[in-house]
Amino acid sequence: MENLIALLIAAPLLGAAVLLVGGRRLDAVGQWIGTLLSAASFVFGLILFADLLGKNAEHRTLTQHLWTWISVGSFQADVTFRLDQLSMTFVLLITGVGSLIHLYSVGYMEHDERRRRFFGYLNLFLAAMLLLVLADNYLLLYVGWEGVGLASYLLIGFWQHKPSAATAAKKAFLVNRVGDMGLSIAIMLMFTTFGSFAFGPVFSHAGDASEGKLTAIGLMLLLAACGKSAQVPLQSWLGDAMEGPTPVSALIHAATMVTAGVYLIVRSAAIFNLAPDAQLAVTVVGAVTLLFGAIVGCAKDDIKKALAGSTMSQIGYMILAAGLGPIGYVFAIMHLVTHGFFKAGLFLGAGSVMHGMNDEVDMRRYGGLRKYMPVTFITFGLGYLAIIGFPFLSGFFSKDAIIEAAFAKGGTQGWILGGAALLGAAITAFYMTRVMLMTFFGEKRWQPDENGNEPHPHESPKVMTIPMVLLAFGSVFAGGLFSIGDRFLNWLEPVTGHSEGHSPISAATVTGATMVCLVIGVGIAWAQYGRKPVPAVAPRGSLLTRAARRDLLQDDFNHVVLVRGGEHLTRSLVYVDHTLVDGVVNGTAAGFGGLSGRLRRVQNGFARSYAVSMFGGAALLVAATLLMRAV
Amino acid sequence: MNPVNYLYLAALLFTIGATGVLIRRNAIVVFMCIELMLNACNLAFVVFSRMHGNLDGQIIAFFTMVVAAAEVVVGLAIIVSLFRTRHSASVDDASLMKL
Repeated sequence: MENLIALLIAAPLLGAAVLLVGGRRLDAVGQWIGTLLSAASFVFGLILFADLLGKNAEHRTLTQHLWTWISVGSFQADVTFRLDQLSMTFVLLITGVGSLIHLYSVGYMEHDERRRRFFGYLNLFLAAMLLLVLADNYLLLYVGWEGVGLASYLLIGFWQHKPSAATAAKKAFLVNRVGDMGLSIAIMLMFTTFGSFAFGPVFSHAGDASEGKLTAIGLMLLLAACGKSAQVPLQSWLGDAMEGPTPVSALIHAATMVTAGVYLIVRSAAIFNLAPDAQLAVTVVGAVTLLFGAIVGCAKDDIKKALAGSTMSQIGYMILAAGLGPIGYVFAIMHLVTHGFFKAGLFLGAGSVMHGMNDEVDMRRYGGLRKYMPVTFITFGLGYLAIIGFPFLSGFFSKDAIIEAAFAKGGTQGWILGGAALLGAAITAFYMTRVMLMTFFGEKRWQPDENGNEPHPHESPKVMTIPMVLLAFGSVFAGGLFSIGDRFLNWLEPVTGHSEGHSPISAATVTGATMVCLVIGVGIAWAQYGRKPVPAVAPRGSLLTRAARRDLLQDDFNHVVLVRGGEHLTRSLVYVDHTLVDGVVNGTAAGFGGLSGRLRRVQNGFARSYAVSMFGGAALLVAATLLMRAV
Repeated sequence: MNPVNYLYLAALLFTIGATGVLIRRNAIVVFMCIELMLNACNLAFVVFSRMHGNLDGQIIAFFTMVVAAAEVVVGLAIIVSLFRTRHSASVDDASLMKL
């Protein structure tokens, strides 16, 4: 059974190789090759899942050793896969949602000439992401980590003829590089501390290391997670990443890749559990990001950017939960899975809307679309209800659990984190209701574009709606399926561990408070966008709104602090180089040059002057000899 | 007669030769002055041989004569070819070996 693990990765990798090397002759069937191999990986995942379910909880870890990658002295890197409950969960999410999005892309990318290449990149992404979650050591994980970064770069910039897409791809790549630096430093620290970076030795020896070292490793891992998961302060790339085709946003920038940071932290639980300072930093990053993303999401008129803000905010919830330690690990992963369903569904819905509206993304040009796109409306609506935490849908269970866990952290920290999570829930309800009302309700606001083509909104083809319907099922039922009877908790607990915190307030009170927040959020959104018509041109808005439209000035901040700061730093370094370093070097050279210029005059070419110096020298030698004899 | 006087004579001849090398421009004269210096040395060697009562100085004098003969052959050849190409035997005209 272990031997199936490599096939999970091999199937999409084969797809990527065939599609990218195969050339034009595969143009007609490329999309089906990609989808089929992705589905094959999902089937392997299901077989392995059934196998794991048939075993006792303590025997649910399968490993497959393929070959020794690098072996130099004590430096030992193996290509070994580990399939346990945590990676199994990710495998099913990645291949399941991935296959649905492949299917959706068949319809969405139907008219794109470079469709074959698109599916090749999607398969490459799946292979890299599976490698990331199946790796048994941090170095192999790093390979997958870089692989998904590459796939993300290629797919964001897929329409590279648009300068904005090319720039967004570069931005995502560069910001991710900062995070990747953190991961590589963490791996080096692990090697110097534990003499290994394989999961087994690192986790079992974590207790022997000093807390300072563990904190350093934890903070570096957090930096890596911030980059990949678009958390403050490395969040700026996610909004621009929406330049990519919508299925990419759904798969990579909502459901899977951006959750890799959460995986990294939960996987490294053994390190974080012993480094409370690093954990505190994780929760702070999570809490700040969940509010940051939510506020940005409120102000965006671009439907994909509003959803991107929402993704950032929801991942903030997961990071917050992951930082809470054993109280929160399980809920972080549970929210990750349910979020994978409803956010992928929401993005596919947004893609379907754009498909019917001539690729218009401005929600102020939508309105009243529920009559034209009933299936999209219903599936998007179910995703919407799930994300705001409507009772008994997926988000209700998973988000509620995180808010409870935040309060259960205890003390002042618990109140602050819980309060932030509750406030985030209210803002989530507000901005998602806003998206819903502006897109599907009210009067139609679309107009002919500059070429005089008026959009004719229409429902998308079956190949696109079927994945949306399936994801909507997931959005509705996944939470209940996981939570009732603590199924998900029992499944994941052997890997991540779990402890109940001591909440100062009861679970029922938290649920009640969440419901109140939900109603307030929806109510304000209704009052603003439901009761009165939405203006087709955005009003000026308050100072906060204007800041939020510019992503809370993240790019301005980066520009002033990092770009300008970097420029000043390099300029002063260049100045020092030119004056001080070059001055010393050039001065020495000039001094020797002048000296040798004078000495050169001795070489005048007259044999007689050479003879004089020879006689002079000989006379000096004789004089010196006589002097020494006299003394 | 006191052999030291021969040494004075040798020193005088050497000084005349050295001065000629340094101040004369004609290559032939410079050459003759070099011969003068060599023979001053030979004279000194022979005197020292006589003073110390052994034959070392006289043997070295023979070596010097052999070397001087070889030097004359090479030196005169150089001077002749120099004169042929430049139509001048002045050592100061051959001053190309400089920066």
